[in-house]
Amino acid sequence: MEQVESHIGQMGVDSRKLGVWLFLASEIMFFTGLIGAYIVLRFAHLQEWPHPGAVLNIPLTGFNTFLLICSSATLVLGLAAGQRGYREGLQVGLFLTILLGSLFLLIQMKEYSILIHEGLTISSSMYGSCFFTLTGFHGAHVLVGVIWLIVVFIRSMQGKYTPEDSMGVECVGLYWHFVDLVWIILFTIVYLI
Amino acid sequence: MSESHQKQSFLRKYIFSVDHKTIGIQFLFTTLFFFLVGGALALLLRWQLAYPGKPMPVLGQVFPESMMVGGIMLPEFYNALFTMHASVMIFFAIIPLLVGAFGNFVVPLQIGAPDMAFPRLNMLSYWFFWPSAIVALSGFFVQSGAAATGWTAYPPLSAIEGTGQTLWVVAVIMVGASSLMGAINYLTTILNMRAPGMGLFRMPMTVWAIFITSVITLLATPVLTSAMIMLLFDRTMGTHFFLSEGGGHVLLWQHLFWFYSHPAVYIMILPGMGIVSDVISTFSRKPIFGYHAMVYAIMGIAFLGFIVWGHHMFQSGMNPTVGTTFMLSTMLIAVPSAIKTFNWLGTMWRGTLRFTSAMLNAIAFVSMFVIGGLSGIFMASTAVDMYFHDTYFIVGHIHYVLFGGSMFAAFAGVYYWFPKMFGRKLNEPLGKIHFALTFIAFNCTFFPMHILGIGGHMRRIYDPMQYTHLQHLQPINVFITLSAFVLGVSQLILLVNFVKSLKWGEKVGKNPWESNTLEWQAPSPPGHGNFETTPTVYRGPYEYSEPGRSSDFHPQSEAA
Ligand SMILES: [Cu+2]
Repeated sequence: MEQVESHIGQMGVDSRKLGVWLFLASEIMFFTGLIGAYIVLRFAHLQEWPHPGAVLNIPLTGFNTFLLICSSATLVLGLAAGQRGYREGLQVGLFLTILLGSLFLLIQMKEYSILIHEGLTISSSMYGSCFFTLTGFHGAHVLVGVIWLIVVFIRSMQGKYTPEDSMGVECVGLYWHFVDLVWIILFTIVYLI
Repeated sequence: MSESHQKQSFLRKYIFSVDHKTIGIQFLFTTLFFFLVGGALALLLRWQLAYPGKPMPVLGQVFPESMMVGGIMLPEFYNALFTMHASVMIFFAIIPLLVGAFGNFVVPLQIGAPDMAFPRLNMLSYWFFWPSAIVALSGFFVQSGAAATGWTAYPPLSAIEGTGQTLWVVAVIMVGASSLMGAINYLTTILNMRAPGMGLFRMPMTVWAIFITSVITLLATPVLTSAMIMLLFDRTMGTHFFLSEGGGHVLLWQHLFWFYSHPAVYIMILPGMGIVSDVISTFSRKPIFGYHAMVYAIMGIAFLGFIVWGHHMFQSGMNPTVGTTFMLSTMLIAVPSAIKTFNWLGTMWRGTLRFTSAMLNAIAFVSMFVIGGLSGIFMASTAVDMYFHDTYFIVGHIHYVLFGGSMFAAFAGVYYWFPKMFGRKLNEPLGKIHFALTFIAFNCTFFPMHILGIGGHMRRIYDPMQYTHLQHLQPINVFITLSAFVLGVSQLILLVNFVKSLKWGEKVGKNPWESNTLEWQAPSPPGHGNFETTPTVYRGPYEYSEPGRSSDFHPQSEAA
């Protein structure tokens, strides 16, 4: 692709970064739609809505939340290392992030299989519909993030990122932190409240 | 532009192009095609409304038994027709025509950029767009027939209808993704890729309009996507988000749908306002009246557009206080709209008007938009809407805004930028005949709908003759249908003009309209990379008829 020589435009921001920010704005509205529906439906079913602790394994998912927060930290450390020119640090950071992200997905799948075994499915009740739709779409975002991170990881092994230009890492980082943040909101409203 | 860039394979240059101009022209051809498809669907259903139960001549024999029996339209097919007419026109014709075609072609040129910020994402946006239309239209060929629940797809009906509805939902999700890719691209391009000197308040109104439109697309479309996904789950995964039998909320759909779909009417009108501002200023040989006010008015409309969606739901049993809030916020939109209207008039006032086809269509936009806006005030008042709701009054209203507004603006844009796209002008006499016929037939088609609506003619009925209170109105229905046929046939003049001018149109230079904006400083058509050298911008876009200057225009990139 014949790109313009410099990505830095009139706003003083790299176009790729600006694009990711804008994309995240649309993602916020997407989750706003889903979360808004969740709130409305939950209030309409206050009587039969189960207490989260009675159905969900909160300690397990709490641990999973911890993993995801750690993965944001490893990515920040990796990026910082990369920007100092310490390439191995970047690679280790990316690798750990991928590992933690995959672990999150594995634990979520385990959680799903237990719940389905207990009879809670997407069509079993309004509670099940809301639970699987919200957490499922978040899980899909984590999956996309892990795949994106793997691509970035491979490129970092090829030495594509320099201290001057590690925009590719920054972009996946923005997305990853966003997915992390969405999870903290979802964990709060689905698991804790 | 260097020679090496020109040696692209045919496939890369015309089919899988990443050049914004080619993608814009791809959008233009595709959307004009869907405009004709949507129009044909409308004509079919107009036959039924004028002559209910009468076999359709000639065409009636072509349709299979599942659609027409002995040339007589089945009610199910009628429902599919009005649903798909609206869906095709809104999702596959007007939005992608104004935003996809003009946005793509014009925006990088007007800001002096070599291309969009993300050329490949741009290509992807087109390659999500046209397949989505095919998916929706393929509903006509599945057993259940195409989607038939209206373009609003209200549950519970839309949650239980046949396969065609599923295809429709998938198509809307796809076309939404295409719009989002476009919006991200326009915003990044406009923010980041303006030529030196092109400050935000030196941007032409078309760029401003696409910019604000993209903000709306970015924030509203994902909400529709989330609603569509829940509807899809209701249809395929056994959930009951919108089905009351399983504890779902029918009204939840309406809120989510209109949270997108009211702002969507501004997605369909704001780019038109931008185009019309450029055209009117150029052909009045005068600066646009109140440039800053025009920009702030667009922003005001966009902001208000997000807090008025409830005016579609006055009948839904909502709390009257909430209804009044929505009524007031809706009526507030009249303020920025009026600012724009008066500024267009102020621009033309005492100008040296040049009545080109583009200008005529732009003036038609202004006058028809006023009628559509005024009938909108009726719909916005809760008390009046209680009576008018879901009658032909709303059908008349929406067509004054979407055809009278958006489509006339799109025609203006086609006549105005055709020379830049293809290096040739459209034929002016043919253009004027097309305009005159369209304008007259348009008003004959859609104005009487207000009268039908006041007479109580419901919006989506199959056979008006079944209702005694509508029988005496039937001559109006016949008149509307005849006018609609004239309107439809008139569009063939544009088609002929378009195809003919591509090959034989009058050749033009860089700046046939003596316009100021940057696209007219590039060759016609511009080569790969648009400008020979990156232009520098020295002034605003509308400096026409400056006193003491020999020529009556002053291009933005001219140093002195
Ligand atoms: Cu509305």
